[in-house]
Amino acid sequence: MDFSSLNPVAMIVLLIGAATPILLAAIGELVVEKSGVLNLGVEGMMIIGAVTGFIAATTFDSPMMGLLGGAVGGALVSMTFGFLTQYLLSNQVATGLALTLFGLGLAALMGSAYNGIRPPRMPRLEVEGLSDLPIVGKLLFSHDPVIYLSLALVLAVWWFLNRSRAGLVLRACGENHEAAHSLGYNVQLIRFGAIMFGGACAGLGGAYVSLVRVPQWTEGMTAGVGWIALAIVVFASWKPWRVILGAYMFGGITILQLSLQALGISISGAYLSMTPYIVTIVVLVIMSADRKRASLNAPACLGRSFHASH
Amino acid sequence: MKFTKTLAAAAAMGFALTGGAMADDHPVKAGFIYVGPIGDLGWTWTHDQGRLAVEAEFGDKVETSYVESVPEGADAERVMSQMARSGVDIIFTTSFGYMDPTINVAADFPDVAFEHATGYKRADNVSTYSARFYEGRYVIGEIAGAMTETNKIGYIASFPIPEVVRGINAAYLAAKSVNPDVEFKVVWVYTWFDPGKEADAANALIEQGVDVIMQHTDSPAAMTIAEEKGVYAFGQASDMSNFGPNAQLTGIIDVWGPYYIERVQAVMDGTWESTDTWDGVQEGMVGFAPFSDKLPDDVRARAEATIAALAAGELHPFTGPINKQDGSVWLADGEVADDGALAGLNFYIEGIDGELPN
Repeated sequence: MDFSSLNPVAMIVLLIGAATPILLAAIGELVVEKSGVLNLGVEGMMIIGAVTGFIAATTFDSPMMGLLGGAVGGALVSMTFGFLTQYLLSNQVATGLALTLFGLGLAALMGSAYNGIRPPRMPRLEVEGLSDLPIVGKLLFSHDPVIYLSLALVLAVWWFLNRSRAGLVLRACGENHEAAHSLGYNVQLIRFGAIMFGGACAGLGGAYVSLVRVPQWTEGMTAGVGWIALAIVVFASWKPWRVILGAYMFGGITILQLSLQALGISISGAYLSMTPYIVTIVVLVIMSADRKRASLNAPACLGRSFHASH
Repeated sequence: MKFTKTLAAAAAMGFALTGGAMADDHPVKAGFIYVGPIGDLGWTWTHDQGRLAVEAEFGDKVETSYVESVPEGADAERVMSQMARSGVDIIFTTSFGYMDPTINVAADFPDVAFEHATGYKRADNVSTYSARFYEGRYVIGEIAGAMTETNKIGYIASFPIPEVVRGINAAYLAAKSVNPDVEFKVVWVYTWFDPGKEADAANALIEQGVDVIMQHTDSPAAMTIAEEKGVYAFGQASDMSNFGPNAQLTGIIDVWGPYYIERVQAVMDGTWESTDTWDGVQEGMVGFAPFSDKLPDDVRARAEATIAALAAGELHPFTGPINKQDGSVWLADGEVADDGALAGLNFYIEGIDGELPN
């Protein structure tokens, strides 16, 4: 086998592009789940973000407006989920699934006039001098801004959850909503805010798909990335750093198998395509085998509705 | 409470609509099952163009319905049964993976005519139809072979089924005939529609020095990437020049309308019976997008001559001598592959690198 023409730098650049939408959606969902809410509508929010981002970018001829549009679109559509589950106390699983179906349909409707249009290009952040460095320049200093933003976001979420008082309150809502309520915190409002944050992140991830990864609008173009993001949150056992690991591993395997095939190395693509899913299942099995450890990580009130009875 | 009321009202309205349509007999009802969204602007989009052609042709005398993004497998059976129960006269199931579901459901609804695209299993009420896309791929393969400067052509393939393998072989034969140094790099993505993955595959191929991309997946993602990276590509199923005004050299266009009109007409006349249709350039089921002005005159002239020969029935892409990948003889000199052999084609021909997954 001849691996010499395999360019690891180019592969890593591709890998990061494939991983970033997953990373964005997953870090948002992590915050949502930490507050005790299970939102299975990630895929729906992503596709809405993909289309609203695309519409904003082409309307204002600005990729940055596109990112903003994606985040706003995702947050807006997540508010329907927040309202239904937090104030009308609907079932979170059913509402989340409905949100995905709703999002896919609404996005198709909104995007029908945008087929075949090319969005404005997302500029890369080039750092004078540094971006021209061999290998390191390409690896570290010549990505589009969203990639840096996504990593900064993980850092910010980690800091927020583990080092700030507001994050502690949010986690309290997820661990024991009655206790949080009795301390005087508005559990529903906090959860509503977390849901909106999750929606904005998913929308941003969707906009990344339609503006950068595949700069075009096509119906259903997120093609299941939202579900992978959901799995990655569990895979990461609700720890922000591990979300990076999970997302990059998933992107890495996807890109590796495509690149190896392009190189002419005969590997069974079918098995490699399955690998990320198999790894996720294995991790889930290992985690659930030890109930104590799993319960240490999973928010205790995950998926349970809260209603203040007094 | 209000929500429940609205829902109930909406549901009631839905029943009223279907009820009304059912009571109003006579118009022939044609149903379509699509594997992707209509907005894929590729495979499914062209089938829907065929559905619209049926509506345009028959006006009030026909009612069409469709369900899009139906997964291949058990879900497909459920959707087909539901469609058949709702009083549809003819159902077009437009993906290879619907083959067994179509046969199963057809057995339960002997009075409904089924038309399965690209499959090979038939029954008294199940016809099959497909287009000889390999003829189209022969033409674009010839163009690709002439246009590549790196002599590396990338091929984004979906699943290793005969339909796809036929396309790769035909394109390679044609490319090789005009450029003996040409090399094919095939990437299997195991999906018909996943723009992200298709784009990644295109990027990975370009990274390996590929400067012409062919695809057998449904979205215009690869075309978009080709445009961005300054390489050439071909429209798949429909004209994708919007996505790649500089990249698209031409494209294979699926033309389903005339066939759908003919089959719906047969249902109206009561003359429908199970048939096996495999039409190509000659019958007009395979068409081409306008040629790019990037094509030099000689390349354009040769492509036009090839299309003319295919249309006249003078040229068959799979005419011997052709060897299998392992070097054994498949077709002797002058021998033409018969349709049975083509329908089950499951090997690469000589010269293509890499192992065909099974």
